[in-house]
Amino acid sequence: MGRQVLLIEDEPNIIEAIRFILSRDGWDVKTHSNGVDAVDAVRARMPDVIILDVMLPGKSGFDILTEIRGDAALAQMPVLMLTARGQTKDREMAERAGASHYMTKPFSNAEILETVRQLVVT
Amino acid sequence: MAESSIIGTRIRERRIQQGIRQSELAKQVGISPSYLNLIEHNRRRIGGKILNRLAEVLEVEPSLLSEGAEAELIATLNEAAAGRSGAGERAEEFAGRFPGWAQLLAGLHHQNATLEQSVRTLTDRLTHDPHLAASLHDVISTVTSIRSTASILVETKELEPEWQGRFHRNINEDSTRLAEGAEALVRYLEAAPDTGAEIKSPQDELHAFLSEKGFHFPALEGEASDAMVEVVLQSADSLQSEAARQIARDVLYQYRRDAEALPLRDVLEAVGRHGVAPERLSEALKTDLATLFRRLAMLPEAEVGLVGLAICDGSGTLIFRKPLPEFSMPPVGSACTLWPLYQVLAQPQTPVRALVRQVGRDAQVASALAVSEEVRAASFSQPALMRAHMLILPAAGAAQDDARDVGVTCRICPLATCAARREPSIIEGGF
Repeated sequence: MGRQVLLIEDEPNIIEAIRFILSRDGWDVKTHSNGVDAVDAVRARMPDVIILDVMLPGKSGFDILTEIRGDAALAQMPVLMLTARGQTKDREMAERAGASHYMTKPFSNAEILETVRQLVVT
Repeated sequence: MAESSIIGTRIRERRIQQGIRQSELAKQVGISPSYLNLIEHNRRRIGGKILNRLAEVLEVEPSLLSEGAEAELIATLNEAAAGRSGAGERAEEFAGRFPGWAQLLAGLHHQNATLEQSVRTLTDRLTHDPHLAASLHDVISTVTSIRSTASILVETKELEPEWQGRFHRNINEDSTRLAEGAEALVRYLEAAPDTGAEIKSPQDELHAFLSEKGFHFPALEGEASDAMVEVVLQSADSLQSEAARQIARDVLYQYRRDAEALPLRDVLEAVGRHGVAPERLSEALKTDLATLFRRLAMLPEAEVGLVGLAICDGSGTLIFRKPLPEFSMPPVGSACTLWPLYQVLAQPQTPVRALVRQVGRDAQVASALAVSEEVRAASFSQPALMRAHMLILPAAGAAQDDARDVGVTCRICPLATCAARREPSIIEGGF
């Protein structure tokens, strides 16, 4: 299949769990753990889907998403945002920044798998 | 207004009744006979310390001398009654007939306001506390990892032993982290009630401190160095929170700069010659009005009489409050939009002088002088930062007709028709 997902997240055990679930489903999972050069990693990998955490060292997920949407080559890329806060404010900010989907931690594995699949189909 | 209701007249009556000579009373109170003479002829308004000392020597309750205090009590009673149907009528009669009960009620009302403020502060703290937010984020991250890993372990059929071992280790690691995080949270929340002791807003603490000192700091006058600011702060017991100390520090440094620009002796000499007449004083002392206003409001009351001052920042929030008996200022939130203070915020280059009258019972006319000050110059990246200053001077005897009706703040304002109203008043009826 070779569908690629880029996971931008800084918590090692979360990375490991998500990588495991998606790999089992046939995804090629690449990871990146800091905010500062996350957009460079996106340009280099050109993944089919991005999973982006909001709280990252160096740069916030909102800023990264804004940069992605501002780049014509990346603007259409599906982005699933993860946040530890379910506040409506965060959801609004994610929507405004152009997130394709938004999910609060803790999430269920089935949920994340389902969402990532859907994001590629549409 | 009846002659007898004026403080000076009451003091004079009482002194003559007691058979004390003017010079004798002045000596006992520690003011000059000429100043007492001005007070007795209602040419200087007094309050606070001097009033209390006069009352003590004359052996009367200060409230009997000061109609201002009574007016304040009645205003507090009205405020307390507001919003509760049936109450609030005849507050004046109540205060007159049962002064002790009225004081008690007013005291309880103040306490209530303080408690409400504490609840707000606590709620704020929960929502904006960075430590709490970070701890919660940590806990949620760990829970996410545990949940995801655990469900892999349960749901994956035929999981390879290496993976199984790895995920077990991860869960173990994460559960330790979670336990530590939860423990830290509990410790933090348990300790929280002690950290702020009695929770007042920093602004309340600052103003309690300033009124305690009579808004004047002899230690910061003359050749005092900036280091004295810290000395003054160290002995200030009423400043309990670090936040209050910080804003008090700013106020005292400003005081030092103002005292350097306008040395005490020069200002007092100019006041002696011109009276408390800001425009003439600013010419004589060659200074800007905002500096002069701050200086006048923070001179000893025995030298200049009562001088009120309100300062607000660009958002309209009052950051410095020194009310007068005839001009109240809201302890929290924003004041009445009709104050000249806000006029100069909108038109910074145009100082405003106006007679104002705060509506309510026994409304008295005061003279308000407002001026804007630039606290940071504009640049291409940032606009100028402005602060508005409004000096309030007693103006007993001024023509009532020329005065502008203003309020304190909408909630307790009886002005029936006011285009500037932003919320309904809790006072019914009006005056």
